[in-house]
Amino acid sequence: MQALSSAINPKDAEFVANRAAMLDGLAAHEAEQALGRAGGGARYVERHRDRGKLLARERVELLLDPDSPFLELSTLAAWGSEYLVGASVVTGLGVVSDTECVVVAHDPTVRGGTMNPYSWKKIIRALQISRVNRLPLVSLVESGGADLSTQAEGFIPGGQLFRDLTLSSSLGVPTVALVFGNSTAGGAYVPGMSDYSVMVRDRAKVFLGGPPLVKMATGEESGDEELGGADMHSRVSGLSDYLALDERDAIRIGRDIVEHLFWRKLGPGPSEPADEPLFDQDEVLGIVSRDLRVPFDPREILARLLDGSRFEEYKALYGTSLVTGWGSIHGYPVGILANHRGVLFSEEAQKATEFIMLSNQIDVPLVFMQNTTGYMVGKAYEQRGIVKDGAKMINAVTNSTVPHITVMMGASYGAGNYGMCGRAYEPRFLFSWPSARSAVMGAEQLAGVMSIVARQSAESANRPFDEEADRMRREGIERQIEAESHAFANSGRLYDDGIIDPRDTRTVLGMCLSAIHSNVIAGRRGWGVFRM
Amino acid sequence: MARTPIRKLLVANRGEIARRVMRTARAMGIATVAVFSEPDAREPFVVEADEAVPIGGDSPATSYLNLQAIMEAARLSNADALHPGYGFLSEQPSLARACEEAGIVFVGPPAEVMEMVGSKLTAKGIAREAGVPTLDFWALPAAGGEGGGGVDPRAAATAAGYPVLVKASAGGGGRGMRVVREAVDLEAAVESAMREAASAFGDPTVFIEHYVERPRHVEVQIFGDRYGKVSHLFERECSIQRRYQKIIEECPVESLDEHVRQGMYGAAEAIGRAIGYVGAGTVEFLVDGAGNFWFMEVNARLQVEHAVTEAVTGVDLVRVQIMLAEGEKLESALGPCEVRGHAIEARLYAEDPSRDYLPSAGRISRFRIPDLPGLRVDASVETGSEVGVLYDPMLAKVIASAPRREEAAGVLAAALSSARIHGVMTNRALLVAILHDAEFLAGAIDTGFLDRHPPAELARSGGLPSEHARLVHGAVAALGLQALRREQAGVLAGLPSGWRNNESGYQWVRLSDERGALLVRYRMGDGRSGSRRAKPIAITVEQLSLDESSLPEGLSGSSPSSLDVALWDVQPGCVDIEEGGIRRRYEIDHPSHASAPAAVFVDGPDGSSVFQVGERFPLAAGSSGAPSLVAPMPGTVTKVGVAPGQAVEMGETLVVLEAMKMEHELKAPSAGVVDRMDVVVGEVVALGQVLAVMKQGDGETIL
Repeated sequence: MQALSSAINPKDAEFVANRAAMLDGLAAHEAEQALGRAGGGARYVERHRDRGKLLARERVELLLDPDSPFLELSTLAAWGSEYLVGASVVTGLGVVSDTECVVVAHDPTVRGGTMNPYSWKKIIRALQISRVNRLPLVSLVESGGADLSTQAEGFIPGGQLFRDLTLSSSLGVPTVALVFGNSTAGGAYVPGMSDYSVMVRDRAKVFLGGPPLVKMATGEESGDEELGGADMHSRVSGLSDYLALDERDAIRIGRDIVEHLFWRKLGPGPSEPADEPLFDQDEVLGIVSRDLRVPFDPREILARLLDGSRFEEYKALYGTSLVTGWGSIHGYPVGILANHRGVLFSEEAQKATEFIMLSNQIDVPLVFMQNTTGYMVGKAYEQRGIVKDGAKMINAVTNSTVPHITVMMGASYGAGNYGMCGRAYEPRFLFSWPSARSAVMGAEQLAGVMSIVARQSAESANRPFDEEADRMRREGIERQIEAESHAFANSGRLYDDGIIDPRDTRTVLGMCLSAIHSNVIAGRRGWGVFRM
Repeated sequence: MARTPIRKLLVANRGEIARRVMRTARAMGIATVAVFSEPDAREPFVVEADEAVPIGGDSPATSYLNLQAIMEAARLSNADALHPGYGFLSEQPSLARACEEAGIVFVGPPAEVMEMVGSKLTAKGIAREAGVPTLDFWALPAAGGEGGGGVDPRAAATAAGYPVLVKASAGGGGRGMRVVREAVDLEAAVESAMREAASAFGDPTVFIEHYVERPRHVEVQIFGDRYGKVSHLFERECSIQRRYQKIIEECPVESLDEHVRQGMYGAAEAIGRAIGYVGAGTVEFLVDGAGNFWFMEVNARLQVEHAVTEAVTGVDLVRVQIMLAEGEKLESALGPCEVRGHAIEARLYAEDPSRDYLPSAGRISRFRIPDLPGLRVDASVETGSEVGVLYDPMLAKVIASAPRREEAAGVLAAALSSARIHGVMTNRALLVAILHDAEFLAGAIDTGFLDRHPPAELARSGGLPSEHARLVHGAVAALGLQALRREQAGVLAGLPSGWRNNESGYQWVRLSDERGALLVRYRMGDGRSGSRRAKPIAITVEQLSLDESSLPEGLSGSSPSSLDVALWDVQPGCVDIEEGGIRRRYEIDHPSHASAPAAVFVDGPDGSSVFQVGERFPLAAGSSGAPSLVAPMPGTVTKVGVAPGQAVEMGETLVVLEAMKMEHELKAPSAGVVDRMDVVVGEVVALGQVLAVMKQGDGETIL
């Protein structure tokens, strides 16, 4: 395979300005992540420590193999909502006893680790990642269960959590619960539904109803230790399989449990040389346009993403607004679809369809690099069948069975988001760069469309058109759409798995591809590859 | 007498000296035969011999001390001569006699001579008759032995004048030797010396003599031929000793007055002639500050430290031994000789001087001593060797020679400093410190040197890295371990080390050495390719007290030292960093090849450090097994003082363990009752093995 070349000039004013804009976005992102890391604030953190307990991330760090990488997911969950950024739970992809696992850890410093609607979404997404990719799940439990003030929104998703836990188990994905503290009511079912449960002596309290509730229900007087203490569960009820002497002991036992899973990955694993790209990954920052209307060549990104910058381009001269081709990341073969000039025409849609089928034929996962304003509109294009061609591409994406990973680099508007494997198309992982913007269409276009519709409506009713009111309405809509399409807003709603530093894309994709290879990689069979 | 040329030489020894003897034999065109015990099967001396004969089991008694097995090996291999080396059977008349009976040339003095000098008592008598100064002495037969009521130890000690030395008549090497300063300690010392003597040499006889304070230990090398000629080959000083074991020896002894030197030469030759000495031998003297000297004993063998004599005279002492054994005359075996320059030998031991010279066993994962001008290395081990508990823990003799004494000391210190010896603790830092010591360099040495300069202090002042270098070494060790873990990772090995997209903590490792514990915390950074400069990383090193049991998350109070570290290259075996603006390359070695090494060795231009790697999950309180008396080192049980059910006082000896020539008494940590005794006399125990369990009156088991 030939290596890509690069034509960028890091001293170029555009490059420098792009870089500065991206760094601003990254700084804003880091500030939001820091809010989430701070948990319930200094007072609660201190109180937690004074009880001799470890913080959620400290538990995770101790659980993970030393020096192994850890990809935290959905760090901006609940952004823009009334809840703390991060949704009071830590989820991520990490390595425990040489086994890639999904880790879920409640943050007990935030409202006792209770779960709000965003926490449910975030945990259920982590479970989905665990299940679909066949990654053992380790839950570090200390949660008062549902946040009762939001019970209306939490009650139903909570049920899904229990269901998903045992569903994972039935699919051969082991689940391990390490219980560090309260795990009451709904929380009690996490150890209950997990394959293995470990409870910390004198700390873990697992019961359906605590002493006050029991008193209310039956009038029985009881202590919390006899109702749900770790010792009781280890010796009497059998809900706990291992009694841990303290938190560290629980983590040690958790690591031993994962070790005894004797995990074997089912994917073929890396097969290509995993040499670094030829070009500096830092330069990605200056390549991505700060103005979404200015396209950039995705090959410059690929030259900083793929092993040895090697890329074998498919149909380089056809449908040139979309770049397709094969390469590898950390040794894992991938097919890449990357938008070049935003718009998808019939040619691009057909090319993408063929490319997806070809990759399915050879069982190679696909990476979608989004920067699209959608499918082309206009008489000529409609008459040529852009709807049919777009439908082919969406059909191929939907029915492709090789794993997909999506990276939202810039624009992601309209059906382009669907064709390029947006969230609704269930890519195994989906990450955004801070520069990403996603909505049904661009804010300006959307406001303009609404303005035109209003003007037409006024004309047909013979009403006078208030230009000033229209201008203000347009501006208002633009602001709203701009805010709603912002990467943080989409990430807050769990429309992605997190925002990543563009420079880390190779690392993140490497981890995800390795995780994906825990399960079988099998493309769709049936028809031969159609030439569209 | 006819000359009997030797064609095939069996070396009835092991390790360094077996290699040494075979080297000369090869140079003389003589075929070599090694004998070896089971644990030694892969040792260099076995591999290097032309032929080798297995002689038995894992204890010295069943192998290198097994006369029959050795003679059978000689017969089997058709050896026509036998060299005994030093130690083991080298001074046993029975070996010389057995050779004689089997018609095999014994490279050493005849049995009768050995018998004479083998008893220090007899030798002292002969020396006195020959007009050589000796100290007065009183012999003590074994208590309750055949000799019955010989001399009363108290009376003898009083007559000699305290302090006195209780010393085994047989053997040597500091075994069965005790200094007694007060009458109250005499009885115990005599008993223990006799027991050690009986166990080591099969003869419990000891004698009492006055203990000369701060003496120098000077010995004269002699040779005798079959025709009654005896001459000396200069002297050696062996005053730097630890527990009566020489560790630094040199030739010549510059600080001796010429008339004293000549007096000793004359005395040594007189003794040699008086006993009809044949072969190579050494006459040992005590010398006091005023230049008085007294005869101590004759060693009827090649000395460990013979190499310093070789270095300054150019004479191959083993060659002379062989020629004399073949029946050559002294004039032809040893021509006129002179001393040129100065040579110093250091004995490198696998031991921990900071823990009372506890022997250290293990696999030598790296052994390399630099090839400096004037340097000679006689090693018993090489990379990959196992150091066990059964034999003397000497790894190598390192000998430096140079025109002047200071230069020799400098070369020797440099060689030791930059040596790579991994897998066992060594006395290297102590040796280097001695070689740098002003008192040593001024020649003001005596056998009390290491009592005046506590080894731990000395090693710290001279041979060990500075406190700052130690912290840097801690950081380097952590980086090396990190690289090792990445290399051995089963998944995601190619991804950036410790990568995080939402950084909250640090990677950490706890290390400890004899100075205390270190907590190293670090972040390796984003792991992106790029820059041509060293990549700065966040790394701190925090000093903890040794008993610190809490883990990094909760730590506060102690102030971590932030190191200014940038990385050039970090590999499991090599860490290349810039620290404080200076780029240095460090070698790292992890002796165990498991994913979690127990020890890390760091060698750099600013010194060497060894760290034990802390457990990531130390056992939680209350989870350990029954508290008990555990073996502090591997060894053999020589005495079990108590039985189960017996009440003992605090400090009472429960078990005596012999390891590497030393007796270690394991005492009751408090008063109580012996609950269990898990070992019997003669049992070989492993480090950490439970020997006995005690309980207190209320039934609770105690440590």
